[in-house]
Amino acid sequence: MRVERLELVDFRNYRHATLDLAPGVSVLVGPNAQGKTNLLEALHYLAIGGSHRVATDAPLVRTGAETAVLRTTARFAGGRRVTVELEVRPAGRNRAKVNGQLQSRTRDALGIVRSVLFAPEDLQLVRGDPGDRRRFLDDLLLQRRPAYGAARQEYERILRQRNALLRGLRAGRQGTEMLPTWTDALVRAGATLLAARIAAVHALAGPAAAAYRDLVATAPEQDIGRDVTMEYELSTGRSVTADPHAGVPAPAELAEELRAGVADVAVAERDRAMTLAGPHRDELFLGVGDLPAKGFASHGEQWSLALALRLASREVLHEVGEEPVVLLDDVFAELDAGRRRRLADRCTRFEQVVVTAAVDDDVPLEGPRSFVHAGTLVAAWPSADDGGSADERGTG
Amino acid sequence: MYEGPVQDLIEELGRLPGVGPKSAQRLAFHLLAVDRADAERLARAIVQLKERVRFCARCFNVSEHEECRVCRDPRRDPSVLCVVEEPRDVQAIEKTGEFRGRYHVLGGAISPIDGVGPDQLHIRQLVARLGEEDIGEVVLATNPNIEGEATASYLGRLLKAMDVRVSRIASGLPVGGDLEYADEVTLGRAFSGRREL
Repeated sequence: MRVERLELVDFRNYRHATLDLAPGVSVLVGPNAQGKTNLLEALHYLAIGGSHRVATDAPLVRTGAETAVLRTTARFAGGRRVTVELEVRPAGRNRAKVNGQLQSRTRDALGIVRSVLFAPEDLQLVRGDPGDRRRFLDDLLLQRRPAYGAARQEYERILRQRNALLRGLRAGRQGTEMLPTWTDALVRAGATLLAARIAAVHALAGPAAAAYRDLVATAPEQDIGRDVTMEYELSTGRSVTADPHAGVPAPAELAEELRAGVADVAVAERDRAMTLAGPHRDELFLGVGDLPAKGFASHGEQWSLALALRLASREVLHEVGEEPVVLLDDVFAELDAGRRRRLADRCTRFEQVVVTAAVDDDVPLEGPRSFVHAGTLVAAWPSADDGGSADERGTG
Repeated sequence: MYEGPVQDLIEELGRLPGVGPKSAQRLAFHLLAVDRADAERLARAIVQLKERVRFCARCFNVSEHEECRVCRDPRRDPSVLCVVEEPRDVQAIEKTGEFRGRYHVLGGAISPIDGVGPDQLHIRQLVARLGEEDIGEVVLATNPNIEGEATASYLGRLLKAMDVRVSRIASGLPVGGDLEYADEVTLGRAFSGRREL
């Protein structure tokens, strides 16, 4: 699929803006803090129903306005066009329209636009906490399988209930006899998440390794032992090595494994009054060669690995359904000339890519340019401006 | 902020479920405008509710007598017991006209977050009834949400030791609806609960 038009009303620093996008590469150029990222954020919000930068919606609405509107027209294989509109209402429920038709559930409007976003924040995929990597897997699964969202919500609710029970028990309240019930619920819901996450890791393994090799393109003799490795580390102590040929694990077996894992930490759970086994405590191990990427890989390697994971997400999403739009925020400036060129080569194979850059020359790609200046899109470069320094990174 | 009785009423109304500050204000001024007789009828209805309505000694359904309408009805099948969370669930099942047994109202569902455990529910009384009455089947009709499922699963474990058949109501698709409008979880449940034809 591709986006033909994006329209924003009162979103971030935009009062009203319309961006028409061509197939292939489009480049948004402008100094920092002018609103380039906001455009990508808006497109991605239409795909996943949330921002990649903030957890709440309030910062998305322009100061002084009560709601923001995001509207896009997307064109799908076969020429079908769909208009998706989201009204972001921090004070209430968001409202969604598809082809002008109000949807009773906002999430029915999500997933029509499909996108993969790579942003500077993604360095956290490699450097950050296990929670950042779990969120990466979860976000990918949400886009690929809408039912995953409901399963995760259910798990989180059960987790809160079970933790509340454990806190009550530590405080000396009754209820030990309820623990098996909540453990049952936890392992059943947890196994659903585990099965989906392990399947996602298996699916990512091949494309991630290929994208990394492609980007870094070390000489063949250096290649040995510099491949990307991924392992899903369960809270039970077992690790599952990513393997493109592995089958999908059976939820019933995972549930039993999780049950045994919960039993192992029973004493510590009572002591610390929190659930200590389950998918909320798992980790996705990322390695380059034999070494963990976190702590051992260079800045450039970590950057390339995070980018490879996003590019792999694109492949995984594309396996089912429409090809997602690729959004690359401020990526090229971080790469050396060789990696820039190889990323550009890959981009030319995508149906649609939207790239932001502070400095136009950093992007070795042909394609229409739009200039972003103080919350407006302008056809030509504004004269009195600093042209953008690549060092400072503002809200844009 | 209003003063005196108006503010008092706004605050009281605002404590009702589903009534926000704006609605509370609108209701208060509506009551201020209506006839004195209308306002008194409402006040009397509330007082009567608290004075006359109590809970059935057997099943904890709402009742105006010692035992509720269902428990007193000799045509009901005493061997089947339907366990629900709230009196309004009794009402919902009664409307179907399909169930001819009796009820047991728990008064909620297990929810540690809200401090509700088995002791806060009428579970002890349920076990006592199973000992005293000649009950052959217990139908667990708690809500199909996390707390309702946990309550059903807890009761399932508890009642396993007793000589009684325990069943759980099915979850699935609404009749007369379209598959494409069903949410993913319901559809998933409907699949796992499919039956042979």
